[in-house]
Amino acid sequence: MTQIPLSRRTILKGTALLLASTALSRVQAQGGGKRLIVAADSEPRNLNPAIVASNGVFFVASKVIEPLAEASFAGEGGLAPRLALSWEGSEDGQSATFRLREGVTWHDGKPFTSADVAFSALKVWKPLQNLGRLVFANLEAVDTPDDHTAVFRFSKPTPFQLIRNALPVVSSVVAKHVFENEADIAASPANNKLVGTGPFKFAEHRPGEYYRLERNADYWGEGQPKLDEIVYRVLPDRAAAAGALEAGEIHLAAFSQVPLTDLDRISKVDGIAVYSKGYEALTYQLVVEINHRRKELADLKVRQAIAHAIDKDFVVRTIFLGYAAASTGIVPKNAPEFYNPDVPVYGFDVAKANALLDEAGYARGANGVRFALKLLPAPYFTETRQFGDYLRQALAAVGIDATVVNNDSAAHQKAVYTDHDFDLAVAPPVFRGDPAISTTILVRSGTPAGVPFSNQGGYANAEIDALIDKANETVDVAARTELFRQLQREVAEDLPLINVAEWGFITVASTAVKNVSNNPRWAVSSWADTELES
Amino acid sequence: MNRAFRLLRRRAISSIPVLLIVVVGAFLLLEVAPGDAVDAYLLSIGGGDPAMVQALRESYGRDQSLSSRLWLYLSSLARLDLGWSVTFGRPILDLILERLPNTLWLMGSAVALAFTLGSALGIVAGARPGSARDRLLSTGSLALYAVPSFWLGLVLILIFAVQLRWFPTSGIATIASGKQGIARAVDVAHHLVLPVCSLGFIYLALFLRMMRAGMAEAWRQDYALAARAKGLARRRIVLRHVARNALLPLVTMLGLQAASMLGGSVVVESVFAVPGFGRLAQEAVAGRDAPLLTGIILVSAVIVIVINLVVDIAYGILDPRVGASEERAA
Repeated sequence: MTQIPLSRRTILKGTALLLASTALSRVQAQGGGKRLIVAADSEPRNLNPAIVASNGVFFVASKVIEPLAEASFAGEGGLAPRLALSWEGSEDGQSATFRLREGVTWHDGKPFTSADVAFSALKVWKPLQNLGRLVFANLEAVDTPDDHTAVFRFSKPTPFQLIRNALPVVSSVVAKHVFENEADIAASPANNKLVGTGPFKFAEHRPGEYYRLERNADYWGEGQPKLDEIVYRVLPDRAAAAGALEAGEIHLAAFSQVPLTDLDRISKVDGIAVYSKGYEALTYQLVVEINHRRKELADLKVRQAIAHAIDKDFVVRTIFLGYAAASTGIVPKNAPEFYNPDVPVYGFDVAKANALLDEAGYARGANGVRFALKLLPAPYFTETRQFGDYLRQALAAVGIDATVVNNDSAAHQKAVYTDHDFDLAVAPPVFRGDPAISTTILVRSGTPAGVPFSNQGGYANAEIDALIDKANETVDVAARTELFRQLQREVAEDLPLINVAEWGFITVASTAVKNVSNNPRWAVSSWADTELES
Repeated sequence: MNRAFRLLRRRAISSIPVLLIVVVGAFLLLEVAPGDAVDAYLLSIGGGDPAMVQALRESYGRDQSLSSRLWLYLSSLARLDLGWSVTFGRPILDLILERLPNTLWLMGSAVALAFTLGSALGIVAGARPGSARDRLLSTGSLALYAVPSFWLGLVLILIFAVQLRWFPTSGIATIASGKQGIARAVDVAHHLVLPVCSLGFIYLALFLRMMRAGMAEAWRQDYALAARAKGLARRRIVLRHVARNALLPLVTMLGLQAASMLGGSVVVESVFAVPGFGRLAQEAVAGRDAPLLTGIILVSAVIVIVINLVVDIAYGILDPRVGASEERAA
């Protein structure tokens, strides 16, 4: 038997060789082909975007299942055709006609027709989808005069402006033949093994590890897709995404999965680029929700004082590190069709805030405190929690003693939106292209308890309610737009809530990834033109 | 063997009330936490309308009373059915069986690392108490023990994954690599090095310190003195007499630490994105998935009971007096 002299040096050499061999196999495994590896921070329970229209679902599913139209920087009316080539609403608001793309096939080879659109609209979007239930509430029938025309018929006049603005979010088309025999579509296993028309086919999901999508060779887009595969690697820890990017294990992290505080450092790393574009149609808003049941907060002067106590520019600079804009009202600047800059603004003015509180009759006590409040920051983002801490300090400066109560997501939802056990809350609602989709619900009265991101502060203003109802049935685009401009004015005057800032997310990607952030919903669009340079 | 069987039977019977208390306690614990599975789900999808909220509550059984839900759960448990997870839309048993092996690998490797290396270094330190080697190891282990595992994990990632690129930053295996058999085992082992280190090092420090203290104590015992008086070689005294006796408290500690290591895996699995049991528990809490969390806690309790049983058997082997006393007690 040969004897191998075992010295420290031999052991070290052996270890180094072993490490080198495993490291080599890793690079080979991940670097081959045009496989884009992306960080994902969640695994939605239901991956069907026709049922769950949320960013977490779209992030993966939008590559497999396509909408009728997608948001676009250059397209007419901010839209680019996908499964529909054109769309038109009737003057009376009773119908909308979609001309559909020809020669499109589902991933299982069957042809895509207007019957799929009719099925999706009537059996999925209207009865099951979280946002479609509102947008298509009055949808009565969908006529299919031929395979490539779908005519939506409404029981009441429905503004086409709303339908059009909602198309990227609510119109993900699913295959009729996949779902038509399901007794319960919402519980179908097909919701997690998607069959679509998109540039990528759903290949596999290993829970807790990754999703894998494969190139659809029969995609209708010429020369698309440019990638062979997209792999979503599940990385729940935010610090993990930055590390994986730097180590070259992933190519891209969207939705600010790399924390803002890491951006400065990571932007200096060779081969990594930071993009703040591509989220214009996914604007999140930082809002102070107010419980109007509380006597002090029911007083407009107190609400105005709180608005004056907040230094919005400081919030943008310090909490969002500049990756945000100060808000003026309930519609963000990123929605130029509706945005109204001509509203009352509440500049940072501590003296004025103090004067308003004095006028309202809440003088400082011996300890300098006027009254105490319970403040609940939403836990979903670092920034909402940090703003909660800032707001407590800002309120202290005007003599309001706020106690911050930090909860996890479910507890926050129950405390604020079900039990109304709060005085002030910090919320991050999303503007979804049209104020009627998820903005008016923040100020309209009458929403029962338990519905998140809705007016649960007990605010009721008949004028504002009437304005919203009128806009919901106004078909004329100019008139409807004007009603929403008026709504912004009235909301800014009466301050049922305080809009502080609005922000999009940040994408951090390897410079090898091309065509990043080239539309206003990029992270949740199809990525048919996304390339990976080898 | 007979003794082990009797011990097993006695433990199995005494475990039933323990498990029942654990199950009911876990179920109620999540019930008293504010918010339910519907709240968590609604937030994850960005909201919904009132009719949808109502429909969800009915389909999740949230419209039923707490007692009827608990009864339903216990009766399905009696049929060995762990139930259905509302957060994942899958049977709980499938989820647990899918995630458990990853955690067992992580925990098992961390225990092996901590116990073997910890006790070995403890022997080195305790062989000559007060020596420079002893002082170095004692100080080093104290520092290691004071470091939180998540911080250690991040530092290890930064050095060995981001800078040196020796190990992957996270995950349990190379994604979609198609590796099978030994290649996959090597791949998993490669991915587990950093998580095992960050979970195991704290316990390594603990075992090292216990072993050292035990040895210091054993050196003062009569049998150590007798062995020295007999003129036995120092190495033989250390290994056969001092270390063996000092090992007993470590074995006890091994059983006690199993539960805390399961808890520690929650943090380490999150930092390293290991799809294990701990992360499943975290997701169950965030989703307010009472049956899933209860199932996880139930299985964890069974694991802890089994580990303690194994420890008791091992204890009997290491110290025959313990076995004899249990026999008498029985």
